[in-house]
Amino acid sequence: MRTATSTVGLLAMAIGVAALFLIGLPAPVASQAEKYRVGVVTLLAGPFAASIGVPAKNGAEMVAEAINNGTLPAPYATKGVGGRSLDLVLVDESTGTAKQVTEFRGLAERREVEAVVGYLVAGSCLAVAPVADELKMLTLLSTCSTPRIFEENDFKYVYRTSAHLTPDGVTAARYLLKRMPSVKTIAGLNWNMAYGQDAWRDFKLSVQALKPDVEAVNEQFTTFGGGQYGSEISALLARRPTVLHTAFAGGDFEAFVVQMTARGLHQNVQMVMTAGAGSMYRLLDKLPDGVIIEDRGPYSVFARPTPLGTWFRTTYEQRYGITPPYTAYHMGQALLALKIAGDKVARSGGGKPAPEEVGRALEQLKFDAFGTTVHMSRSRGHQAVTESAIGVYKFDKSKGAPTVVDVTYYPADCVNPPDGMKGEAWIKGGFKGARCD
Amino acid sequence: MATLAFIVADGVIYASWLFIVAVGMTLVYGVMRILNVAHGSLYALGAYTAATMVGVWFQRGYAPLGSFALLLVAALLVGVVMGLILELGLLQFLHGRDEVVVVLATYATFLILEDVIQLIWGVEARPAPQPYSLLGTTSVGPLLLNNYDLALIALALLVGGVGWWALTRTIAGKLLLAVIFDREMAEACGINVRRVFLVTFLIGSVLGALGGASTAPMISVSRGLGVDVIVLAFAVVVIGGLGSIPGALLGAAVIGLSRAAAVHLLPQAEVFAIYLIMTLVLIVRPYGLLGHERLRKV
Repeated sequence: MRTATSTVGLLAMAIGVAALFLIGLPAPVASQAEKYRVGVVTLLAGPFAASIGVPAKNGAEMVAEAINNGTLPAPYATKGVGGRSLDLVLVDESTGTAKQVTEFRGLAERREVEAVVGYLVAGSCLAVAPVADELKMLTLLSTCSTPRIFEENDFKYVYRTSAHLTPDGVTAARYLLKRMPSVKTIAGLNWNMAYGQDAWRDFKLSVQALKPDVEAVNEQFTTFGGGQYGSEISALLARRPTVLHTAFAGGDFEAFVVQMTARGLHQNVQMVMTAGAGSMYRLLDKLPDGVIIEDRGPYSVFARPTPLGTWFRTTYEQRYGITPPYTAYHMGQALLALKIAGDKVARSGGGKPAPEEVGRALEQLKFDAFGTTVHMSRSRGHQAVTESAIGVYKFDKSKGAPTVVDVTYYPADCVNPPDGMKGEAWIKGGFKGARCD
Repeated sequence: MATLAFIVADGVIYASWLFIVAVGMTLVYGVMRILNVAHGSLYALGAYTAATMVGVWFQRGYAPLGSFALLLVAALLVGVVMGLILELGLLQFLHGRDEVVVVLATYATFLILEDVIQLIWGVEARPAPQPYSLLGTTSVGPLLLNNYDLALIALALLVGGVGWWALTRTIAGKLLLAVIFDREMAEACGINVRRVFLVTFLIGSVLGALGGASTAPMISVSRGLGVDVIVLAFAVVVIGGLGSIPGALLGAAVIGLSRAAAVHLLPQAEVFAIYLIMTLVLIVRPYGLLGHERLRKV
């Protein structure tokens, strides 16, 4: 006969067994498979956070949201990456190179991201790229100007979805000599780091390749973040070069412009500022008219008014109140490339794709991005090329707004070295194989 | 000859700026034996406050020349408020402690204040260039100099001159000198050393903030300002001799002229010229050009 106690006991045992069963069950597969977790690395603190780092974060968040909601313009209006929503994990790049390697490992091993996107600083890229291969982590470098990533290395899991620094110098040289064919002397004022040294080298060699009698009369390399350029400006006033090249950006660029305009340097010297366009919305009429200006590619004021380009700029301006600088475009472009490759791989099979599969889908990919076309055609399909753009700055007093006039676009194959060739060697060899028509 | 004129002019201008930035740091060390790493934060706070006030001033269309007074107001405001907070809230509890402990405490304060600055002003840069071009330029032979830079020379001379007069010609200055030379004896003679410390730290803080405020119109004020300047200020005071105000002047002059010479004559050397000079000085005179070996009391 069953007593009350034994009934309660049976009930308790049944509940206990049911609880063990439930605990032992694997978590519902759908909640993991729905998300495509991506690490996003950019400068969130430090002197360049405002001008380039935070805009990159904004670009990533804006494009990721549009991808997840399926609101990107055609042909990218499908939701998610391979049907899965992007889940961004933000990491601050301003903590130094050594820490970036630790953070990268953290993203891969603890936070279980499937891809890492971002990096603005050359040192960070060079540090994490070998780790990416070691951990087999798909890594899309969004900005990271140094050509050395693929010119001196052969990475399997690392891709760069924007052009590197060499096209900036080549573009500036071609444009300058078209406007001023009788240039005799040039000078350079750049940061004493890989970015500054490479930028000046590419510009100087390009000018001298196109016009061998041009002499470089002054080469200054200053401390990053120095901010005081009185002596450098005096040296330039003394030497009086025809042209001054600088790849300064952010606060240093703005400090240099304030100090040199106060002493009239711009009245005697043609300025070529290959990364200055990002500051024009802060400097406004403090940046003198007539400066030759670039924005590290066909972005921002140079972005073509395609549906995608117009969508990106308009949405960014409405959301953040300023015109997006190039890093926002770079980051959006990287996420877009990930979506295109991820969608391709998802269509051809089921389940979570391996990083190698997504990587192979990126190689040789050619796609319409936000106002330009990107072709992953260099370094075995790991390095992107785009056309370049350059113009002359003019402050529109009637509208109280900065503009760029006399804009010229150069085809990708005109300003990027051919596949397999290093930039410096290509320039010194007279741009062999360049197609500029 | 023209190159020499450029070097001297640029060197003196840079030295003036360096002296204004560094003199507060060396004054505080001389009196209180505190190497205040947070001096960089005072500089940054002075710059941010000045840039904000100047920005509002010009937005409202007030008289442009009034912006110069705002730079001084910003320096006084930051110097007094932060000086009181730091001295009364932290440093007074560390008097007499090992100097390394005090350096670590001021370094921690510096890191905290860097984040406080970001909390208040965010990551956006704050340009305030309007005062920089207000005074026009002056041609001196081949040189075209900005009058704001020349005004910095005048400010540095004023700070140095007032400092020298106050130290050597006033009773308060003599009391301060007594504390510098022998704190214990000064206290035994009835000098209120605690009050001397407080006043000294306030003056040092105001000078640090003045360095930042006077620099704000020349640059785009942004994060990391304090980090860059603390290294330079340290080089100045070490070369001149820790605790020596004439040493700070001499150190600033040595650095200013050597940097200007490097920029004009050997640009590749500019990046390390300052630190090479510092190393050479310390090899020959370990206590700085005008510093003195301190006797250890047993």
